[in-house]
Amino acid sequence: MAELLAKPGNPSSLHASGRLSRRHVEEARETVARVLGARAGEVVFTAGGTEADNIGLKGLAWSERELNPAKRRVVVSAVEHHAILDPAEWLNESDEFELTLIEVDEFGQVTPEALRKALGDDPSDVAVVSVMLANNEVGTVNDIAALTAVTREFGIRFHTDAVQAPAWLAVKFSDLGVCAMTVSGHKVGGPHGVGALIISRDCNVTPLVHGGGQERDVRSGTLDTPAIVALAKALEIVEQRRSQEVARVSALRDQLVSRVQEIAPDATYNGHRDDRLANNAHFTFPGCLGDSLLMLLDAQGVECSVGSACSAGVPQPSHVLLAMGASANDARSTLRFTLGYSSTQADVDALIDALPSVLERGRRAGMPKS
Amino acid sequence: MKVLAALSGGVDSAVAAARAADAGHDVTAVHLALSRNPQSHRTGARGCCTIEDSNDAFRAADMIGAPFYVWDLSAEFQEKVIEDFISEYSQGRTPNPCLRCNESIKFEAVLERAMALGFDAVVTGHYAQVIHGPNGAELHRAIDPDKDQSYVLGVMTAEQISHSMFPLGNSTKTEVRAEAEARGILVAQKPDSHDICFIPDGDTAGWLARQIDTEPGDVIDAETGNKVGTHKGAQAFTVGQRRGLALGNPTGDGERRYVVDVDVKQNIVMIGPPTLLDINVIEAVNPRWSGPLPVNGQDIEVQVRAHGESLPATVEVTADGVVITLKDFLRGVAAGQAAVMYEGTRVIGSATISRSRRVS
Ligand SMILES: Cc1ncc(COP(=O)(O)O)c(C=O)c1O
Repeated sequence: MAELLAKPGNPSSLHASGRLSRRHVEEARETVARVLGARAGEVVFTAGGTEADNIGLKGLAWSERELNPAKRRVVVSAVEHHAILDPAEWLNESDEFELTLIEVDEFGQVTPEALRKALGDDPSDVAVVSVMLANNEVGTVNDIAALTAVTREFGIRFHTDAVQAPAWLAVKFSDLGVCAMTVSGHKVGGPHGVGALIISRDCNVTPLVHGGGQERDVRSGTLDTPAIVALAKALEIVEQRRSQEVARVSALRDQLVSRVQEIAPDATYNGHRDDRLANNAHFTFPGCLGDSLLMLLDAQGVECSVGSACSAGVPQPSHVLLAMGASANDARSTLRFTLGYSSTQADVDALIDALPSVLERGRRAGMPKS
Repeated sequence: MKVLAALSGGVDSAVAAARAADAGHDVTAVHLALSRNPQSHRTGARGCCTIEDSNDAFRAADMIGAPFYVWDLSAEFQEKVIEDFISEYSQGRTPNPCLRCNESIKFEAVLERAMALGFDAVVTGHYAQVIHGPNGAELHRAIDPDKDQSYVLGVMTAEQISHSMFPLGNSTKTEVRAEAEARGILVAQKPDSHDICFIPDGDTAGWLARQIDTEPGDVIDAETGNKVGTHKGAQAFTVGQRRGLALGNPTGDGERRYVVDVDVKQNIVMIGPPTLLDINVIEAVNPRWSGPLPVNGQDIEVQVRAHGESLPATVEVTADGVVITLKDFLRGVAAGQAAVMYEGTRVIGSATISRSRRVS
């Protein structure tokens, strides 16, 4: 890695260091493909999950629309990450497309029935469906193969945001029945700012950014070789350690959940009990503002998250919780604890030690008056 | 002490927080998000709470070494400040939204939450001084008379003052800018914000016209009772105002005419010569006391607008408020403005002006 950083060759150049760089990229592509159950030619490197999601959604929508102007609907789940939700809303506002949101159940899961309902009586106008593999807030995992079985009936293209998945689930692209799938470096222990869109060979995608056409003419821009190599390495490590870590971390998580519920019997454990990422514990603490709890825990060295921060860093009630049927107040009273490969028993103990006084303070500070 | 510094993204609050940290306090920073749909940039000195402001606040907190959070108070701000502003105007009064924000947001919602979360005090970049005297914490004017903001803090109760820190009260703005520069705070040259933060283009009348249903009505000469023109809606007028009347010289005597009274119920704007605006008795309601109440007949000074003069007066505390008798006449006092009472540099309290009159 240090060597790569010291000798930055442009993988598109034809001279020796360019060729070396190119080799590293292609080896990385093969690794990424192998770990994710895809073919090397299907891997398009991007500058992160957000870019891959944007290409996956807009690129598929536009290319479908080009082939058939009647296809003017995009259908995405109500609990998608903003990297899908915002481009979907942007398409909706553009007049070119209409957006239909797929409802989720109380666990934040998309069922085949809910997908059918969103597709409606006449799905022939649907250009693309996007449903995430695993939710980044409540950790709920969707059965993507069951959903693509529905869209296949109508020949509708499917994209899935799998950013949260590879660290905890064995993802096999070729089994999902999707056209395109997003992954991101920093959610598998790799660097920020690098990701990939896996695009099935028979899927056309209209590029968003035009230029040198470095990545299959779908994505332009000189590749960041060290970041790509690191992404591949991270996926390799994940592949080796996953089954062991899933067992270890889910046991820690289950312990965390039962200890939190002992301290706060009124807390709700959100998300699906079983179809869930091994590292996610998500709670509603009634009468406490999630922001207050986060601040108090942060002061004690315990890092956790509330929903997802919007562009201004203004904490908003989580759209995921709202879609799951929570009230606006409950949606602001949530806290997410995520564990990782490096989490230990001591981390869980530190949280459990800090929590009683934090909750007491948080309750005293209460909810905003309005 | 464990203190919570409110960082707006401007120079003053950043230097205030830095000084609190230098003084040995354990500083945590919050940026108050007051607008639900923040704009990305501030244009000139107007508007507030943009994404840029939030970033600037984050950078300042980082330089001070304070953990930084954003608190969403947009719902409270909408209800307690913006809606109050509209409602006051629609009843023909002239409110001061900054004062309302200090009263119900900064030193109520934020301070209460801070106390509950275990903080001892809130730090802001206001120019005012908290002096701990024998009667507890007192609020005093800042030493820089051009920047003094004790007027908009006049709504603070003694309890709130005792949990507030204003580290800039003993400095001039020039000193604060120089200090920001020396500390490497990037916003050192950012323009001061003024005007009303939620009306970014500065056009208050236009903004109000979009919020309040207005109808054209008569402009009446207060001396003759004659109709001398029409207006687009009485709510947009404030006693003492001359601009926007568009009457030319209605009486032909070459004397300027001012708004001397606004009657929203009848949708009438009364105009008259400036002498009609001269009043010397102010009645005000909903008093908030910053310390012990004044004794009846006590000599005080009173200020009725943010950058107004301090005027000698006496005060009587009545059942529903205060009656303030000025030593000299004062021109153009509108209902809704706050009368802040001082004893020397100390704030005694404030009350909302309900009526003013002239007694000879
Ligand atoms: C589900 C999901 N999708 C997309 C993204 C965006 O990925 P990136 O941060 O690489 O742009 C994230 C990032 O946190 C995510 O959790």
